[in-house]
Amino acid sequence: MNSFAMHGHARLPRVCIIGAGIVGTATAFFLARSGCDVTIVERGTVGGQASGVNFGGVRCHGRDPSELPLAMRSRTIWNRLAELIGHDCDFEAPGHLKIARSSAEMDTLTRWFDIGRAHDLDVELLDRTQLMRRFPWLASDIVGASLCKGDGFANPRLVAPTFARAARALGASVLEGSAVTAIDRLQGGGFRVSGANFNALEADVVVNAAGAWAASLGLPFGAAAPTVTRAPQMFVTEPTARFIGPVLGLVSGDIYLRQSVRGNVIFGGGQGHIDPGGIRSHPDETTFARTPALMRNLIPALTHTALLRSWTGLEANTPDGLPVIGTSAGHDGFIHAYGFSGHGFATGPGVGETLSELILRGQTRIDLTSFHPDRFNTIARPAAL
Amino acid sequence: MQNPCVTFHRINAGSDRALIALSIDGRAVTGLDGDTLLSVLIMHRGALRRAEAGGDLRAGFCGMGACQDCWITLADGRRVRACSTLAEAGMAIVTNLDHGQ
Amino acid sequence: MGNETETPRIAIVGGGPAGMRAAGLLAAAGLRPVLFNEAPEPGGQIYRRPPPPLRTVLSPARLYGPDAVRAMALHSDFEAVADRIDHRSGTLVWNIMKQEHGGFRLLHQDADGGQGAHNCDAVILATGAMDRILPMPGWTLPGVWSMGGAQVMLKGQASLVGRRPVFAGSGPLLYLVAWQYAKEGGRPAAVIDASTFAAKLRAAPMLAARPAVALRGLAMAAALRLRGIPVIEGAHADRIEATDTGMRVHWSSSTSSGQIDGDAVAIGHGLKSEQQLAELLGCRSRHNAESGQWLIETDPEGRTSVAGAYLAGDMAGIRGGHAAEFAGELAAWALLADLKHRDNASRRAVLRRKLSRQDRFRRGLEQAFPFPQHRIASLPDETIVCRCEGISASALRRAITDWQPADVNRLKAMSRCGMGRCQGRLCGQIAAGLLTAQLGRTPGDVGHLRAQAPIKPIPGSQLIVEKGAVE
Repeated sequence: MNSFAMHGHARLPRVCIIGAGIVGTATAFFLARSGCDVTIVERGTVGGQASGVNFGGVRCHGRDPSELPLAMRSRTIWNRLAELIGHDCDFEAPGHLKIARSSAEMDTLTRWFDIGRAHDLDVELLDRTQLMRRFPWLASDIVGASLCKGDGFANPRLVAPTFARAARALGASVLEGSAVTAIDRLQGGGFRVSGANFNALEADVVVNAAGAWAASLGLPFGAAAPTVTRAPQMFVTEPTARFIGPVLGLVSGDIYLRQSVRGNVIFGGGQGHIDPGGIRSHPDETTFARTPALMRNLIPALTHTALLRSWTGLEANTPDGLPVIGTSAGHDGFIHAYGFSGHGFATGPGVGETLSELILRGQTRIDLTSFHPDRFNTIARPAAL
Repeated sequence: MQNPCVTFHRINAGSDRALIALSIDGRAVTGLDGDTLLSVLIMHRGALRRAEAGGDLRAGFCGMGACQDCWITLADGRRVRACSTLAEAGMAIVTNLDHGQ
Repeated sequence: MGNETETPRIAIVGGGPAGMRAAGLLAAAGLRPVLFNEAPEPGGQIYRRPPPPLRTVLSPARLYGPDAVRAMALHSDFEAVADRIDHRSGTLVWNIMKQEHGGFRLLHQDADGGQGAHNCDAVILATGAMDRILPMPGWTLPGVWSMGGAQVMLKGQASLVGRRPVFAGSGPLLYLVAWQYAKEGGRPAAVIDASTFAAKLRAAPMLAARPAVALRGLAMAAALRLRGIPVIEGAHADRIEATDTGMRVHWSSSTSSGQIDGDAVAIGHGLKSEQQLAELLGCRSRHNAESGQWLIETDPEGRTSVAGAYLAGDMAGIRGGHAAEFAGELAAWALLADLKHRDNASRRAVLRRKLSRQDRFRRGLEQAFPFPQHRIASLPDETIVCRCEGISASALRRAITDWQPADVNRLKAMSRCGMGRCQGRLCGQIAAGLLTAQLGRTPGDVGHLRAQAPIKPIPGSQLIVEKGAVE
């Protein structure tokens, strides 16, 4: 088992979280709220990677059934953000509209509709006529859509910093500019985490929430998930009068789009270019051409709206698109939480609360079996390993 | 809406530049050949646009395509920078000047 | 650097004096450079030509004043080789990338809105400068222009932004534009000059590097005074308000204060470099204490830290149109020498000497007309700093208190300052100044806003660039 408490310790565990993205900072917040001694060690700045530059979508809609409880737990936190961490981070819940452009895609939506209903989510299937009546600004070549109420978006630039600030206020330490160079298991239990720019610290539990760098960092602790790093590319337009209510996404995944509180249209789709070394990424020329064109096909009213910027961020994707959450066999006390495959922002707060349960109580309300780090072990590995 | 305080003063107003007929928010206006859309709008309306943030009037600033404060809309939907777009006969400008705050 | 047996492909970005001189030399060397110019005509801002219908209205002497001869020589030299230059006018280069196997790729939007891509082996960037602004309450009001903007309306539109404008700020443009307005039928309400007589006196030895130009400024100030136009030295415009009849500027100096009524206002504290493309390429930059600006590092001939990328003109630091011509030619010679295509070491030496003289003059100007950096810290709370997003000084101060941002890019993320259409061109340095003042950091620590592509807004439905399409 993972739990520190299970081992009969009287005091609360000292926890070291590696990575100050949304997962790391949310975990720190919930742990600090329970009085844990928490330190986040972050190579760059809080929320400086995928957590800060992602699309900002917060949805349950269309999630894999095994991931849905995490997303729903997150939703309750998103709805209470201001009360919990002192800032709503521009969270709004205008719903999420998933758009089908073929009958096969519509079938996908219909199948998920039953899943959503089974989870008591407010989902509605719309045929083309209903869709055009309610969202007349959509392109006419759409077959149908599914609308999930209660989904929405938040401002990614604010979320991890706000969780970090709230965690700090509760006593957590957040060390920025602190790259981890070694994690050693100590004789008497626990770990020593050391790096270049901070004093080595000892912890009972280590959480590996290092995003795109987590798989390599966690390798000595059974991080077997063969993740692939990707760099989704985002765009923002100049502000325009608000007319787009829900967050939009194509079933194909080619485009996802929302209109911010201030009227800018933020959209993503396609991949940026990852530099050799995998540490930086930048917008890709082909994506630069293709994605805005797709966006304008979807919403003709935005045909002329000017593009202001484009950007990318690195994220880790697993083969099954589900995150790696938990402890690998034989590596007690070392908890992985990475490979969110683009879902880390929406589910991050729920993951944080769940991890704090795992660390403090040794069990979680949510079944984490599907996310087990060892689930890929049956996949043939290179002989050298 | 007209901002009476902001006007342009042409040098050699009597030169033989041709008149150009265009419209602002559906009303016919004339400019002179060689005018930018910024000049036409300031001459006739005293401003170009209302800012998205706050709704205050904007009437150009740098005049050289750097500050990006003069983006306006034409009736065909095109977005153009008023300071660097020459007026052409038949152009129809659509502003948000009358939208108030 | 490409295949040596083939003619190297050279691109120049910017059609001002630096780009024109660079293109002229490369054309003479038989390289047929491609010159990307966002403006419809060559000349840049300084030697801007009005649209054809306006050319009979303003003679070059009226347009360029004392620089008319130089301007006409530049334009005629360019026209003489124009058929050996691939001149893409009205074309905005909005992104530039290093190619995997050397050379560069430029993405551009053409005059008709179409999109294109262009590959080259070497590039000379000469994208000039824009006004440097210290904001104040009321600076976003209609009727308030940048100093350069007031001049562009005169040179490009044969119009005055007002008959009685108030000119406030500092730098060589201040007196020049006021004087041009006075000559063209305006009657400036006042010139409010932030720099003190003492500062100008201290800078005199360096300004003497170009005595004629230095004297010109003094002569214009004297001519304005002679016409009865108030010239207030050592005074700052504090606030602008719109009145029933026009504009009112409230000013103050260390000894007095007052207000001036006019019908328009032009503000500016000199110029700042437009260096976004060099940043996108990853050229190294450094904070320059004399000018208070981040400048791209170059060697004396314009080479940047990125092999094959050269800088010339005001983009590499504000030295003016005169120096831009030398720098453009010098960067082109450096490029030719680096390509082993042709060299003229003695001409390069001559140009380097001329430029170092200009450098001395530039340092004199910076000493005579220092940017009032110290005033950023005391900007009134209600001052709009980011005019695109409507972010006030108080909102920035709150964001700094709340988030303790490590650098100005972080401050941008937390406050939206610099996220609008201009990408922080106007507000970036002010936001950085607020950050340094409030948290006691150095300009080097807080950095500068990173450029992102597209460097200017890209409108339109034609954002389609086929990968590999090369014109």
